[in-house]
Amino acid sequence: MNEVVLILGMFLATFSVRYVLFAIAGKVTFSEGVIKALGFVPPAVLIAIVMPAIAMPQGSLWLDWRNPWLIAGGIAAIVAWVRKDLLTTIVVGMVSFALLRWWIN
Amino acid sequence: MSSSPRHEFLAGAQATLPLIVGAIPFGIIFGTLAQTSGLSAFGAIAMSLFVFAGSSQFIALGLLAAGAGIPIIVLTTLIVNLRHMLYSASLVPHVGHLSHPWRVLMAFGLTDETYAAVSNRFLVQKDKRLAHWFYLGSFIPMYLNWSLCTLIGITLGGVFPNIGNWGLDFAMSVTFIGMIIPYLTSRPMWAAVIVSGALALTTYSMPHKLGLILSASCGIAVGVSLLWLEQRRQYAQRGASHE
Repeated sequence: MNEVVLILGMFLATFSVRYVLFAIAGKVTFSEGVIKALGFVPPAVLIAIVMPAIAMPQGSLWLDWRNPWLIAGGIAAIVAWVRKDLLTTIVVGMVSFALLRWWIN
Repeated sequence: MSSSPRHEFLAGAQATLPLIVGAIPFGIIFGTLAQTSGLSAFGAIAMSLFVFAGSSQFIALGLLAAGAGIPIIVLTTLIVNLRHMLYSASLVPHVGHLSHPWRVLMAFGLTDETYAAVSNRFLVQKDKRLAHWFYLGSFIPMYLNWSLCTLIGITLGGVFPNIGNWGLDFAMSVTFIGMIIPYLTSRPMWAAVIVSGALALTTYSMPHKLGLILSASCGIAVGVSLLWLEQRRQYAQRGASHE
């Protein structure tokens, strides 16, 4: 079954990354360059997922103030910048999205 | 001060409490989104029980909904989780004396939240003989909470079958936006995010979501290059001021 393969694959990908250094504890150190490169990984991957989701929610580029995904995403980014609090960002972003969809339609 | 495994376990749970509260909406949203993304209820709970990696699970849903294949999802999971290697690298000097079953358990439970909760106990406090019990006290409540919230989310998704039209998928975007912004503290990081985000729009039509990996890799390469250039310039300036 496909889902079993998917979950097994994700389990292996997640667990191996978390365990490999514990398994050989004390015998390896990262170079400073590798550590710095790894620091870029989460935001670079996340933005590559977010941008198409908010700027092309229906499959093609929609850069317009009537695009509620884009505008609410912008509002969420501002809130995240000011408050640095994930929960507030999510709540304000979701509420703005709901209001924008209701208001624009 | 006398310390016992039980005492350490409770202290670990207490240190993790705020992070557990923060994880509740994500677990519920994950459960509600699972079915609308094409994952069965069984698949959703199994993913929370066996994979236990919040951001990877959300990304997997996004990729599933977009029709990506299993190899791309697994590869993306691997890349997204590479940061856990940094966490484990910093803990490595303190786990060498533990048995392998303990290390397996700790590795499985190594989330952003638990790392945040235990790093002080492991890296700052001196007596580490029972610190693994503190770690367990962080991991077990996180794990139970994540599974329970997934279950609640699946139930809510079942009660409201058209929940897919409510725009809850936007929760994923907004969660990721909230996770990206705190990283934007330097010019190389800004450059990495702008390059990756812009490329993701132009490579969106590539098959199997390959554009995602390509865009992220280019963003990382640009960020690392700029960081390297900045450091070279700083060295050069420091050298000049000494002359």
